[in-house]
Amino acid sequence: MRTTIRVGVSTCGLAAGAEAVCSAIETYLHRRQLPVTLQRTGCLGACHREPLVEVMVDGASTLYGPVTPERVTPILDQHFGAGGRGIAADWVVSRRPDKQDYPFLARQVQITTQLCGVIDPSSLDHYLAHSGYEAFRAALRLPPEAIVQIVTEARLRGRGGAGYPTGLKWEHTRQQPGTPKFIICNADEGDPGAFMDRTMIEGDPHRLLEGMLIAAHAIGATQGYIYVRAEYPLAVKALRRAITQAQEYGVIGRNILGSGLDFTLTIKEGAGAFVCGEETALIHSIEGARGMPRLRPPYPSAQGLWGYPTNINNVETYCSVPSIILNGPGWFAGLGTARSGGTKAFALTGAIANSGLVEVPIGMTLRELIVDIGGGCQSGRTFKAVQLGGPSGGCIPTDLLDTRIDYEDLHATGAIMGSGGMVVVDDTTCMVDFTRFFLTFTQDESCGKCLPCRVGTRKMLGFLTRITHGQADQTDLDRLLHLCETVRLGSLCGLGQTAPNPVLTTMRYFKDEYLAHIADKRCPAHVCPLDDGRTMAAASGSNGRVALGTKHTAAVPGPEERQV
Amino acid sequence: MGDQQPTALRRYIYQGDPLLAPPPPELAAILERYRGQPDALITVLEEIQDHYGYLPQQGLQYTAHELGFPLSRVYGVATFYNLFQLSPPGRYVVRICKGTACHVNRSSEILTRVQVQLGIGEDETTPDGLLTLQTVACMGACSLAPVMVINDRTYGRMTPEKACTALAALQAEASGEGTR
Repeated sequence: MRTTIRVGVSTCGLAAGAEAVCSAIETYLHRRQLPVTLQRTGCLGACHREPLVEVMVDGASTLYGPVTPERVTPILDQHFGAGGRGIAADWVVSRRPDKQDYPFLARQVQITTQLCGVIDPSSLDHYLAHSGYEAFRAALRLPPEAIVQIVTEARLRGRGGAGYPTGLKWEHTRQQPGTPKFIICNADEGDPGAFMDRTMIEGDPHRLLEGMLIAAHAIGATQGYIYVRAEYPLAVKALRRAITQAQEYGVIGRNILGSGLDFTLTIKEGAGAFVCGEETALIHSIEGARGMPRLRPPYPSAQGLWGYPTNINNVETYCSVPSIILNGPGWFAGLGTARSGGTKAFALTGAIANSGLVEVPIGMTLRELIVDIGGGCQSGRTFKAVQLGGPSGGCIPTDLLDTRIDYEDLHATGAIMGSGGMVVVDDTTCMVDFTRFFLTFTQDESCGKCLPCRVGTRKMLGFLTRITHGQADQTDLDRLLHLCETVRLGSLCGLGQTAPNPVLTTMRYFKDEYLAHIADKRCPAHVCPLDDGRTMAAASGSNGRVALGTKHTAAVPGPEERQV
Repeated sequence: MGDQQPTALRRYIYQGDPLLAPPPPELAAILERYRGQPDALITVLEEIQDHYGYLPQQGLQYTAHELGFPLSRVYGVATFYNLFQLSPPGRYVVRICKGTACHVNRSSEILTRVQVQLGIGEDETTPDGLLTLQTVACMGACSLAPVMVINDRTYGRMTPEKACTALAALQAEASGEGTR
């Protein structure tokens, strides 16, 4: 009897109590002297059922969740013949190895996350057992142009949100005459509400390294950097371990696998700045300076790190590459739409029944994702909107839920594909307050280099604060819209250019809520302080200085208290 | 700052170059490793903060002096990134996440309640040096929203009550140690 028990111990699993479950399992196995392997894996994506425990006996598999230390004994008794007091049916998530009986997982197509929650991320052997580094070996036998051609044919586009064709980007850098060339992986997942990169790195770090190695070969880069958030300590640890293993295995270093190719890889820990997701700001940060963007062109593909040609992609983009090489560009392109191939991972959170990481083929509708996979809203609540792309993105209302998940289709709604943050909001969320939340964030994270963003985001936040406090009138709304346009057109980098998106989309789809705040001095969701006088903490703190004094008392502010 | 409160006048008396003495050995060890690497400034500051828990003024001065940066550049980097702290943190650093998922799950109410209970605002430390309160943009554990982190331990699915109970437990534990 070959038995393995897997426990998901990513950041999300640990926060849900996976470590205590692991100890309980170890104690049980030790007490019964059972020859069972306990595997600590990454996150399967089904975060809403964590801690997850998968018991595999001779190819059969049962997935349990949420498992508490108290549930360990009854669950394991079932498998190891001790009878016991039995288990409740709702502890079981899935009874099949392919998980096709669990709707949350059945509708997904997992490529970049295929091994997350399946292998032990600290073990190179596990990765190798699942065709690890075979794509890189295959790529080494191909000329660089052929790899670029394959990626282009696969219609892979930048998963950081902008959607620039990856093959084209690689070709630009490849054709640059200068050496050395650099490649950078942007793992500075700054969007609040997003954890795709974290899950992929914690669950399957070697896939990222393999994708970067293939890119390095295609571009002719000899040095690589992974810029990862210091807020993700487990991810940083997983990467460090993976790089050491890859060096020992011989795929990183000099004369890799006898091909004559040299490649070194360095981890740079970001120190917490949202603007460093912008590529030129990220480069400045790697150079050890303040992470402020600069005007483009020249693009990093011509003049990047230290002035040399540099290719920057996001984690998910690199992670897609090994499967493209192994399965062919036609297979990858076929998964998606005519303009964009493959899959996209989303961090599905908020008022959703099944939150977690989902990976779906591009072209699936939002409704399929939210209702069929996400299970719709949490019970008793009514769906109101879905927010994509974090502070740079927008809200999509109920009647547009049949929009396909595709760069162009989403852009037409005013939202963006974004890096993968997907937050479902219900009728207890006030859209004006929600918009104000994003502006609080962008205002705080604006680097201050260019005026439209530095002052504009602050002014926009001021307008929104006044609206939520019932102190605005119709002209404020017009001025806010005008300001949005100025900030969008005038800002230096993507942070400022996209900062008005949350305002513009909510004004477009939820204008009635703005008007209720302005004309009736009423917050339909009973969130804003003007309505029932509840304190709104977000109005205090570091941003209380904006536009308003600190009015946290229960009094409804009257017109005489209005400040300008 | 410092043990005794300097008088207003004393602060302006020239007391010699504070950097004439070599840096303390633990700082020298960090700086020595990165000498001649202009791109390592952020890494150096991260290591200094790991060691001291924050960036002491002298640490910044020595970094500039030893690695050959203008002090303005070191200070510029130290104040640009959210990670760096210029004042010593309490024994426990309490971080309340105000990411999107946490926000729609009412993390702001948790923050308000904790502020009231501890009597401090954001980025402040309790007078006994036990707790520092911070907010973070996102911890990446959104499916457990709202999230609170105390030092390295993550607490998921928080409510104002649960947060206050956890903090009160820490305070009780610390005062228990004090009386023993």
